[in-house]
Amino acid sequence: MFTPPSHRARAVVALALATASVLAGCRSSGVGRAHTVAIVAYSVPKPAYDALTSAFAKTGAGNGASFSASYGASGSQSKAVANGQAADYVAFSLEPDLTRLVPNTVAADWNRGPTKGMVSDSVVVIVVRTGNPKHIEGWADLIKPGVRIVTPDPASSGSAKWNILAAYTQALAGGGSASEASAYLTEFYRHTVSRPASGAEATATFDSGTGDALISYENEAISARQKGADVDYVVPDATFLIENPAAVTKDASQTAKDFLAYALSTAGQQTFAANGLRPVVAGVDPGTVKGANNPSEPFPEVGKLTTIADLGGWSKVNEEFFGADGIVTKIAAEVG
Amino acid sequence: MLWLSLLVLIPLAAVLAKAGSDGWWGFWSAVSTPAARDALRLTVTSSLLVAAVNAVLGTVIAWVLVRDEFAGKRLVEIVIDLPFALPTIVAGLVLITLYGASSPVGIDLLGTQRAIVFALLFVTLPFVVRTVQPVLMGVDLEAEAAAASLAAGRFTTFRRIVLPVITPAVVSGTALAFARAMGEYGSVLLISGGLNRTRVSSMYVFQQIQNFDFVGAAATATVLLLVSLVVLAALDLLQRRAVRDG
Repeated sequence: MFTPPSHRARAVVALALATASVLAGCRSSGVGRAHTVAIVAYSVPKPAYDALTSAFAKTGAGNGASFSASYGASGSQSKAVANGQAADYVAFSLEPDLTRLVPNTVAADWNRGPTKGMVSDSVVVIVVRTGNPKHIEGWADLIKPGVRIVTPDPASSGSAKWNILAAYTQALAGGGSASEASAYLTEFYRHTVSRPASGAEATATFDSGTGDALISYENEAISARQKGADVDYVVPDATFLIENPAAVTKDASQTAKDFLAYALSTAGQQTFAANGLRPVVAGVDPGTVKGANNPSEPFPEVGKLTTIADLGGWSKVNEEFFGADGIVTKIAAEVG
Repeated sequence: MLWLSLLVLIPLAAVLAKAGSDGWWGFWSAVSTPAARDALRLTVTSSLLVAAVNAVLGTVIAWVLVRDEFAGKRLVEIVIDLPFALPTIVAGLVLITLYGASSPVGIDLLGTQRAIVFALLFVTLPFVVRTVQPVLMGVDLEAEAAAASLAAGRFTTFRRIVLPVITPAVVSGTALAFARAMGEYGSVLLISGGLNRTRVSSMYVFQQIQNFDFVGAAATATVLLLVSLVVLAALDLLQRRAVRDG
């Protein structure tokens, strides 16, 4: 059955642990300028961060800075940092993934700045087949007979919550009641033919020919079109504002703090914009964005934009919509 | 023994320990949520159905391959092994391409429970065929001829002469198919559409891991393990009885 580990194995383990702790010790004693900034982020803005880091290294503050980066699903990345993965700069898809790290890893005042801790915005959009053969112009068209929706599953993907909240709140934006919004969402779920586990999987499913409409984010749609994907997208009259937070950790070097400041500078925000993300700083000219519906006017004004704050913040939303007895949980169980 | 421990027993013990880390009550509440229950019910019923279909059809296919000569027999031999050779996610991709929303043959199974059964049938096809085939090759044709000459009908001959010989192979093939169906993930992932009504337990386990509910994931995995063990033991008993009663 079970054999106890030999003394040699124990020695090896002890040695490995000692080495690891020594290395960890080295990490926190940043050597001035040559400090490596560890970025831990969700995968969507990777191209933006690639561009940001190389541009930052050319600035005075970033002179000689080097970066290490890790990208993955927002929730998993957040959990990894909470469990001790080294990070100087963290960026997530949604706020709860960041607040999970407060106060142990990230200081409580991370969201006190003028942008409330956000570095980029986006909006929920409807991605359709090229030429929009089903004539989908807005949310109402999604629940017409024969329209098949693909949207990631909020039960397994935090980012997918944006999509579902957009579908629900747009019904309220038109002056509907809560029960009308629930009725719409039920119908929306009935038309959903596929709920993959993540946004990336949903995009892949839609690409492989499943469904008529993919609920996604403006930056995803723009970046897909930049890569040559054969899709169009519709920005509905009423939709939801996506706000992506980022922060430096408590023991981050000055270089990491300068990098966050750079991400919020005009140049940094323009880099985000070039990758399809809306600037969070007012007055930044996004310039021409390849892949947008109208590259010279890439981010059209949305008629009715609902925010998380309008719904009373994330903890209230998570309880009310996605909790065990939440609105969405019930609808998902009912529709199947 | 050490090898076996490292390979099988230690990981199993780790899963059990994780599942029980919140005590009995934690374990029970994790596996009795509606979502966990529905997933488990779907998994077990689909797997049982698939195992039963395999037991019959697999035997028939093996019979045909051994006893009959026909054009394209070599091709059939290769095709049967195909589900073995494909990575399951590739099988899943094949299935969604053929039977998804944009099906070239006009069969749209996406997001239906039938799709789950279909996918499981696809990946478990070789098990019974490949376990029964060699045994069937060794069946004594003279005994069958003797039975026929003593005026036994074809069915009686099959039941009294052939069946007792191949029963252990049918049972072990069926058991393999069942165990494989219980844990299947890749091939059902895409065609299931990820809807609640088509979520099998392996997908539910993955979802719980995504939500950092490791105890819930381990608890569901433990139940899968127990159900598999019970069914395998029951099949073993059936087989012994069948052999004893001849």
